[in-house]
Amino acid sequence: MAKAKRKNRRSMLYIPGNNPAMLQNGGVYGADCVLLDLEDAVALNQKDAARILVRNMLQNVDYYNCEVSVRVNHISTPFGLADLEEIVPLQPDAIRFPKTESIQELAELIRIIEEIEDKHNLPHDKMKIHAMIETAVGVQNVYQIAAYSKRVDAITIGGQDLTADMGIEKTKDNAGIDYARKQIIMAAKANGIDAIDTVFADVDDEEGLREETLYAKKIGFSGKAVINPRQIDIVNDAFMPTDEEIRKASKIYRGWVKAKAEGLGVFAIDGKMIDAPVFARAERVLEIANVDLNTL
Amino acid sequence: MKLIQSAQVGTFESSDIMILIDPADMGTGRDIELDSNVILQYGDDILQSIHKILDKYEIADVKMVATDKGALNHTIEARVEAALLRAMNIQKGTLL
Amino acid sequence: MSKTKYINKIGIEIPAYIEGIGALQPYSGSFTKLKKGIMEEPSIPPPNKSILPHKSKLKKSIKRAIQACNPHDGMTISFHHHLRGGDAVLMQVMEVIAAMGIKDITLASSSLTSAHDGIVPMIMDETITGIFSSGVRGELGLTISHGHLKKPAVIHSHGGRVRGVHTGRINIDIAVIAASASDEEGNATGSHGPSAFGSLGYACIDARYAKNVIVVTDNLVEYPCIPPSIPQNFVDFVVKVDSIGDPKKIATGTTRITKSPLDLRIAKLASEVITKSNYFKDGISFQVGAGGASLAVAKFIRTAMKEKQIKGSFLLGGITSYGVDMLNEGLFRAIFDVQSFDAAVSSSILNNPNHVEIPAGYYANPYNSGCVINKLDVVVLGALEIDTNFNVNVITGSEGDIRGASGGHSDTAAGAHMTVVVCPSFRGRIPIIKKKINNVVTPGETIDVVVTERGICINPLRKDLLQQFAQSNLQIRTIEDLEEEVRGICGETKPVEYEDRIVAVVEYRDGTIIDVIKQIKE
Repeated sequence: MAKAKRKNRRSMLYIPGNNPAMLQNGGVYGADCVLLDLEDAVALNQKDAARILVRNMLQNVDYYNCEVSVRVNHISTPFGLADLEEIVPLQPDAIRFPKTESIQELAELIRIIEEIEDKHNLPHDKMKIHAMIETAVGVQNVYQIAAYSKRVDAITIGGQDLTADMGIEKTKDNAGIDYARKQIIMAAKANGIDAIDTVFADVDDEEGLREETLYAKKIGFSGKAVINPRQIDIVNDAFMPTDEEIRKASKIYRGWVKAKAEGLGVFAIDGKMIDAPVFARAERVLEIANVDLNTL
Repeated sequence: MKLIQSAQVGTFESSDIMILIDPADMGTGRDIELDSNVILQYGDDILQSIHKILDKYEIADVKMVATDKGALNHTIEARVEAALLRAMNIQKGTLL
Repeated sequence: MSKTKYINKIGIEIPAYIEGIGALQPYSGSFTKLKKGIMEEPSIPPPNKSILPHKSKLKKSIKRAIQACNPHDGMTISFHHHLRGGDAVLMQVMEVIAAMGIKDITLASSSLTSAHDGIVPMIMDETITGIFSSGVRGELGLTISHGHLKKPAVIHSHGGRVRGVHTGRINIDIAVIAASASDEEGNATGSHGPSAFGSLGYACIDARYAKNVIVVTDNLVEYPCIPPSIPQNFVDFVVKVDSIGDPKKIATGTTRITKSPLDLRIAKLASEVITKSNYFKDGISFQVGAGGASLAVAKFIRTAMKEKQIKGSFLLGGITSYGVDMLNEGLFRAIFDVQSFDAAVSSSILNNPNHVEIPAGYYANPYNSGCVINKLDVVVLGALEIDTNFNVNVITGSEGDIRGASGGHSDTAAGAHMTVVVCPSFRGRIPIIKKKINNVVTPGETIDVVVTERGICINPLRKDLLQQFAQSNLQIRTIEDLEEEVRGICGETKPVEYEDRIVAVVEYRDGTIIDVIKQIKE
């Protein structure tokens, strides 16, 4: 049976939830995912207006091939429940839940979501949850959070809030959150889901963004949040496999198919043993690069 | 539905519309003052969107000043709805 | 009985005659007339003058110079627009002429900018009754759109203007040429001096054909002034003034690439179209506009040329410092410069022999033995509106008001192998891609690709391009499909209401009339 093609999540574009001009054009910039933000990008006294605006945008704007997620306010705030009541019935691809700290919290979130879905006769397995880890406690609990529900299909790190919670400065080299990043990646990998990196704040520093994204790719993130459309191409390109990676992966893929036909379990390419995990990685590289496997 | 206070929603940014509403005495009808940079092309459309939401909330009497900067219909509808909810002092779901 | 009106090739009704302009020919296809190999209309002979040795051409004031040129009611006076929004010469001269009480003047400027709103009162009191220009903006545009100019304005292209001077449709009595440096004999240039503005390309034809030629400069230099962009043998008088304009507005600093995410996205898509086309190879020639998405295309092309190690042949047109950088990096072998957009360009013209200042006729006149646009591979242009037949409007706004410029749009579109128009699919709430547009400047048969943020449309006439891109991952869709989506987003626009009166005619580069602009209903 053919596997369902996994969506690329290289770039996730934050769009402020109270900005009509940006909301109506969100789908045209080539981001893999758009994130309509009701949380930090919206002033406290505009939460109601943004909620209604985002609801109408979800109903009317074509975001083309983008995965569409909405970042709601935390359910412990006065806005979280109202956000869910307006947004859940529209079933965006995902709800991004900020400051996730425990599975108890996640359980409560899912209970509310399912209650709303029941009220509207909607299935419980369609809309996903992207849990944001933005506190020290969240980092400590991230494995359980990632494992808790099938609805959680990505874990993301919020660098700004995390450094604030840790009482440290967010520096350009991200030294303070390096442990958290890797912990989150491990938790995601252990559960077979995506880990998404935090934003890069200096929108004019293209080289800095490229470097940081290449680092994020190297340590295991599948994608990165961006705050300006101008960052999308750089992030997409950085997560794109290099020609060298594609060449290698093609070689492994062809070798594997041939070995299977010959009934061999393991085989070697250029003296290196190729086993199932190596093959799976090669397959994923080809998938991200959009290589038609039949042509190999 | 009854409007009990003045309310303002929206911005003067491009693609947005600023809605200011005040309650009006019963029987005075809908007094809508519209200014738009696309009034020649879309004046009727904008008014239609405004009336659609006023109808939905059964508002017969209102004083409204709308300053439009080329907002699309669903933005206009969102701004009018949010303004009405504020004017009716209903902030749905914000109090658990 | 002779015809009183025609329907031209794109279905627009054109009167056969307009009082004050003369007989009109309907647009008949972009190359129909050119295929004949010769211009059928007779050329007027340029004047041949004489002056005795060592006689001074210097005049103490603009007024003295004008007085020496036989000023009279009904005359035509010409200017060039290389000083753009900073120009102070046109207004200084027109104010002198208006004060002299001369009436019924035809103003023939290669273009008009926001610096020229001051002539509005001269239109109202019929000092100026006719206008030839490639562009009209601001208050002046509204004044014409509302019917205050006595004769309809003629909107021409840069190439078409040269043809118009040759045929005598634009019959110049006095040409005023602003220069940032000139000597006492009128060897004039824009390439150096405190108010340097670069190329003098549009003024060359005026110098050759006008009955009287006045050079106005704020920088009288010792004889000889080198390089003589305008040579002394065409110049009758030289005037030194305090200022030819505001250098800050004449030559803006280094042109910056836009930071608008939407423009950048459109530019990126356009650059993909170009780099995936068969034209992207060694020897490519290229022209982009100076603003927004159009200039941003150059940024991406520059990167792609470096990556693929492609060396182009020439850059053409209005030139920015961005183009100069590409020349200096060796990405192109030459620049042909008819108009310069920023300060860095002037010094390049002056110092780099591969940066060549060219006259408008060399640039784009359809009636000669081959202008440079004929050698263009790719041009990237903007648009105010495009219809589903790919016809482009760059002259009137969404309310039908004159507020743009024909410029080299229709010239380069006709010449280039691949003409790419970059624009958002809608601005604010106003659709740019429409079923019917307010006016047409450039015919759809010369437009090959339209790139918007919501997809790329290829003119169905270009089956070869459709085929080239079939295997690419470019998001190609029909323009009808895009138009429908845009209408869905913005809603149906109410059409502009016009009076019957024609306030301007849009001349195609071969002299035929492609459209007429009507007076806006109050």
